[in-house]
Amino acid sequence: MPCIDSSGHMTEIAGKILAAMADGTPLNEVAEKTDLPLYRIRSGARELVEAGLVEPKGEAYVLTEAGRAALANAHGLA
Amino acid sequence: MDTTTQEKDVLGFPRLGQPAPVFEAETTHGTLRLEDFKGSWLILFSHPADFTPVCTTEFIAFAELAPELKKRGVELCGLSIDSTYSHIAWVRNIEEKFGVKIPFPVIADLNKNVATLYGMIMPGESKTETSRCVFVIDPNGVLRAMIYYPLTTGRNMQEILRLIDALQTTDKHGVATPANWKPGEKVIVPPPATAEAAEARMKAGFETKDWYFSKKSL
Repeated sequence: MPCIDSSGHMTEIAGKILAAMADGTPLNEVAEKTDLPLYRIRSGARELVEAGLVEPKGEAYVLTEAGRAALANAHGLA
Repeated sequence: MDTTTQEKDVLGFPRLGQPAPVFEAETTHGTLRLEDFKGSWLILFSHPADFTPVCTTEFIAFAELAPELKKRGVELCGLSIDSTYSHIAWVRNIEEKFGVKIPFPVIADLNKNVATLYGMIMPGESKTETSRCVFVIDPNGVLRAMIYYPLTTGRNMQEILRLIDALQTTDKHGVATPANWKPGEKVIVPPPATAEAAEARMKAGFETKDWYFSKKSL
């Protein structure tokens, strides 16, 4: 279940992962928050990096400006 | 690629106690790498083909086993030489016809990359299908156990669970497990390595038949 669909839009699961990542939340905590297996979070993080929505910071990830915009958009805040 | 190289690729087998072959593969849960499972135990298993009866019973059985495996920190990942679309259609069919949701990813190994790395293809059985292989990979990515079943024989899920329990007991307590062992039963104390230790073993308070054969409760 990729995080970015064929039309380039963020999927529901990606939005869930992105929201749980906040800024620097460890991936195991993201897994707990989302009730998804850790392997899904890791592969999702990789896709979100490729999409420019997050960037690695140590062992965790932080949202980029594009990631924050995508999240706000997903929440209807944009 | 010449015939010799092709045969070598098909016949290659991983080895117990060594790092499991790394892979990146398309699955029903997106692109996954072996490293994504780091920190968890992983049961990587192959089946011959989607929409076949024995494989369907196995998928249902693996899905039913998944909650017990989850309690033990074990993830499941299936594989066959079919497309992602075929896998998706099959798992949807299993849910529709049998009422069982498949919770684990399934690798679509159309190019046989992962199957070749893990020696899942037995040319004597089939050159186009993977046999019923099970690879148990520990949280450090080390291959700890392998089981191979032929195309015609569905696997025994209780044996797979028993194997996981035995491996985790070995890691936790530094012991071995005897034939037909089940959790709660006595375990084998590793044999002493020196004559002095053998002498001491006789007085160590274990259930000892002889210096090399001792059992204890955990």
